[in-house]
Amino acid sequence: MEKSSSLKLFGSWASSYTHRVQLALKLKNIQFEYIEEDLSNKSEALLQFNPIYKKVPVLVHDDRPLVESVIILQYVDEVWNNRPILPTDPYERAVVRFWCHFADDKLGPAVGVVFASSGDVQKAAVDQVHENLALIERELREGYFKGRKFFGGDSIGLLDIVLGCGSYWLAVFEEVMTGVKLVDPEAFPLFHAWLREFESLDEVKETIPAVDKLLEYAKAVRAMLLGHCMGNTGVIETATPATAAASATTTASVPDITVDSS
Amino acid sequence: MVASAAVRLFGMWASPAVRRVEWALKLKGIEYEYIEEDLSNKSSSLLEFNPINKQVPVLVHNCNPIVESLVILEYIDETWKENPILPVDPLERAKARFWATFVDVKCREESRKAFFMEGEEKEKAIENLQVQLKALDEELEGKKFFSGDHIGYTDLAVGWMAFWLGVAEEAAGFKANYDVKFPNFSRWMKDFLAEPVIKDNLPPREKTVEFFRAFKQLGSCTKVNQK
Repeated sequence: MEKSSSLKLFGSWASSYTHRVQLALKLKNIQFEYIEEDLSNKSEALLQFNPIYKKVPVLVHDDRPLVESVIILQYVDEVWNNRPILPTDPYERAVVRFWCHFADDKLGPAVGVVFASSGDVQKAAVDQVHENLALIERELREGYFKGRKFFGGDSIGLLDIVLGCGSYWLAVFEEVMTGVKLVDPEAFPLFHAWLREFESLDEVKETIPAVDKLLEYAKAVRAMLLGHCMGNTGVIETATPATAAASATTTASVPDITVDSS
Repeated sequence: MVASAAVRLFGMWASPAVRRVEWALKLKGIEYEYIEEDLSNKSSSLLEFNPINKQVPVLVHNCNPIVESLVILEYIDETWKENPILPVDPLERAKARFWATFVDVKCREESRKAFFMEGEEKEKAIENLQVQLKALDEELEGKKFFSGDHIGYTDLAVGWMAFWLGVAEEAAGFKANYDVKFPNFSRWMKDFLAEPVIKDNLPPREKTVEFFRAFKQLGSCTKVNQK
């Protein structure tokens, strides 16, 4: 085991972006100190290490901060070359990077809107999520990742980590919001199968919080969101990944679920 | 030199994201075939190579399409090893990627708002942009370019601001006042635009201002500033 007392991870237990980094470090067998952040009352250390975005996760290696989960993952892969998470082929790396952006710029925000809204706005967001999942499904069925167990091949790689840590919210949200169906196994059989495989891995089970804990948290946030005054768009501005990312400081009153980091 | 048939770039003359890719190709001495796209009437090739975003730039190398300009830059650097544009050190690479994402997401968003909006929203966007420019200005302290003595990935990523920010200001009637408030950034803009690879690969200024003026009047969502 590689011990590094100079490696610290600032994170939040319910943040899928934090889970990405935890999972990567676990896969590579790298020891680190974990610091849980209260996102409604951020520590001086976090604000000092990430003054521009003020978000988790932040990885501090020998007192030097790394921010933004996908950037952190690439850094970790470049410093610790055991158990690689990025492919070696430049074209495959480009395809993986594209889909990581897709997950964070398209799918993630759409899921966020589903969770933060209701009525027509939510319905439109659900349609958007389905459109996005259909694109991923097609890629698995006939695109670059055709025939693979994971996006990384026989074992998980960067895209599995990015997409996987976040996708577990889909089932949780379906449970919290009755009548909302996000991942229909019949509509998205390959995506569904991939997610089941991902979630069955020991390292993933050890990283992602227990479903009942996630459910309890999601129910509380949803209740709070619906109790807040909704704007004209029918969407709570603070809760969506896209809008949370737009402001450097997250409002303290509504804790974010998947979104207080990047 | 690589045979031109193997490398094709689909682009649009006014797009900063497209120029970003051209700068990288030229820095590395890679020959390529350029295909100008009419974004109001996209070619079947473009739609075939980039069915998801349907945007430019798209780099096609040996029939494989690569999309999104920052992804393309990394692909170019990993495929053609001469004149590297990304640093070697992992921490420096992470910093380079950080600044690239910062300008592409944050600065672009505020610039877009300052460009399209009016009144209070415009003022707020300009204020936010200035906060961002201050961060970039501080990053440049003691350095000629973001990447050091020579231009590299970060400069190419931030580069659109050196030319298109001024264009946007003129077309939409606002001033971010970087020449007064952010001397490092202002100096970098001039030095960057003076670099031969950059200077010789910019769209004509007047034509670009006119284009963006019309674009603003159209108030349309057609994306010129592609990823």
